[in-house]
Amino acid sequence: MKNNKIVGKQSISFEHPPVITGFSSVAGKKEGEGPLGSFFDVVEEDPFFGGDNWEDAESRMQKMAAELAIKKAKLKPVDVRYLIAGDLLGQLIATSFGIMDLDIPLFGVYGACSTMGESISIGSMIVDGGYAKNVVALTSSHNASAEKQFRFPLEYGNQRPLAATWTVTGSGAVVISQNTSNNSENSEKSSGGNEKKEPVIEIKGITTGKITDYGVKDSMNMGACMAPAAADVIYQNLQDFKLSPAYYDKIITGDLGYVGQRILIDLLLEKGYDISVNHMDCGIEIYDKETQDTHAGGSGCGCSAITLNGYIMDKLLKREWKRVLFVPTGALLSTVSFNEGNSVPGIAHGVMIEGR
Amino acid sequence: MDYVKAFFVGGLICAAVQIFMDNTKLMPGRIMVILVCLGAVLGALGIYEPLIDWAGAGASVPLSGFGNTLYKGIKEAIDKDGFIGVFKGGFTASAVGISTALIFSYIASWVFKSKMQ
Amino acid sequence: MDKNKVSIHDVVSEKDSEKREQKYNKYVKDVTPTHNYVLNTLKAFFVGGIICTIGQGFTNLYMQMGLDKETAGLYQIITLVLLSVVLTGLNIYSKLAKFGGAGTVVPITGFANSVAAAAIEFKTEGQVFGIGCKIFTICGPVILYGIFSSWVLGLVYYFLKMAGIV
Repeated sequence: MKNNKIVGKQSISFEHPPVITGFSSVAGKKEGEGPLGSFFDVVEEDPFFGGDNWEDAESRMQKMAAELAIKKAKLKPVDVRYLIAGDLLGQLIATSFGIMDLDIPLFGVYGACSTMGESISIGSMIVDGGYAKNVVALTSSHNASAEKQFRFPLEYGNQRPLAATWTVTGSGAVVISQNTSNNSENSEKSSGGNEKKEPVIEIKGITTGKITDYGVKDSMNMGACMAPAAADVIYQNLQDFKLSPAYYDKIITGDLGYVGQRILIDLLLEKGYDISVNHMDCGIEIYDKETQDTHAGGSGCGCSAITLNGYIMDKLLKREWKRVLFVPTGALLSTVSFNEGNSVPGIAHGVMIEGR
Repeated sequence: MDYVKAFFVGGLICAAVQIFMDNTKLMPGRIMVILVCLGAVLGALGIYEPLIDWAGAGASVPLSGFGNTLYKGIKEAIDKDGFIGVFKGGFTASAVGISTALIFSYIASWVFKSKMQ
Repeated sequence: MDKNKVSIHDVVSEKDSEKREQKYNKYVKDVTPTHNYVLNTLKAFFVGGIICTIGQGFTNLYMQMGLDKETAGLYQIITLVLLSVVLTGLNIYSKLAKFGGAGTVVPITGFANSVAAAAIEFKTEGQVFGIGCKIFTICGPVILYGIFSSWVLGLVYYFLKMAGIV
């Protein structure tokens, strides 16, 4: 039998598209005050989330998100076969200490701020491959722990350039399950596809990104580091599936910010695709640039994760959008390689999410 | 009058560094290092001390003044003790600045907790 | 079109990866917004000037109290450092720095801020390997290179003195 799952150069089209049965978004106070504040499940006022330090805070946040998503999927942790999770901290400490109590087998992943896309991709492959009924893709970022690790102590006074982004405090979890209910596309068509049916959110396919390096050495301009990676993945997705950008209601990048968005649109236009009408960037949406003083926008694993699980899922469930290409972007910044004079390469992971 | 001089000279040094920072994207850590070394060099060339005499705190409060203090300390120690002064004078001269910063900061770490910005 | 401007077309069509990186960086520089230089410089001037004036005020005060100029200058440093550490702990110095930029980095208060911020931030990692090591994260280089450069200059002075030049 011919394998129809492998599409083009870098993409997969799922044979039995897994469905998203649960999703959660836990946000910090600043994110709660932003334009998307009302979409989040939990907005926690305490920046420590009841913990002792910033790393502990992030762990607690991640646990909170995982438990909430599992609960919303009407499952128990024992029903989840695998957890695919990661964060920005060294050796993934927020993940390992956060999910310990859940007692679920874990694949730890690092994709910088693209982790949500990477974990959903791997999770979907596991589910479609038949290796699990339910998996959870999980990620988080915390402004304070990220600043501490990548930049300066919080109380240290410095001016952020306008191209700098603000790391989102937030964690999102997605429960990916086999589509067991009898509502596959054919049966819906036969029943006339009436609107009263519960909306189903499917993961149709993925396009995995390559590490892309255009030699930017400015760690305060991550949008410029990541834009070529995002452009590459979006281009490859459209090529592999032979689609035009108009196929998607929205093409959603993770945290390019204002600078990166401009570069992305320029780059894709040069390659023959105009996405200026339907492009959206989570980093731009999550904060109000005028009042929240975040400069180029939000960033971090949590940025795309909570925007997906808050805002984007809401739009899909309300059937305002039917097809989105979710492309979280990651800047592979390390203080070691950066100090050793290396540039900051980017990566992006495309996930085709469709609702019906 | 010494207030006006302190304000203008101190302000001018900061403004010059700001222009330098904005154009080079150097991190503040590097800026501080450059300033201290520059202050030591200007001190050795005999330029910085007259500036402090004229502008007072305007020239001594910026970190370049700290660099000048280091060199001045070494020079005085050499004049007084000979060769050993090369190794002695720097820390002697900067003792007050470094000690207070370390001691007060350590005490501050008992009192204060890191906060979100 | 401006000859110095690099369009995205130049970047994409460039085959040599090194040249492409150069072109991309130039293009990025063109599309990245920057702070208003003039305003930023004025703010740095103003904030830096004020901090130095406050320092002068303390020196004058201590001299009025009968201290000689040098000792008054040392007490002035102690006072400024103390003020900066307290403002750092109260989370005020970083807000001041956001406004004042170099105006808060350049004075000795910026040095004190870098020490205090590290001490407060890393206390969760313990007394020795947390505060003890990492208190020097930002100020360590300043101390090292300050001491080293003045040592080199001191050596030069010593030999010039021996040679009877100075």
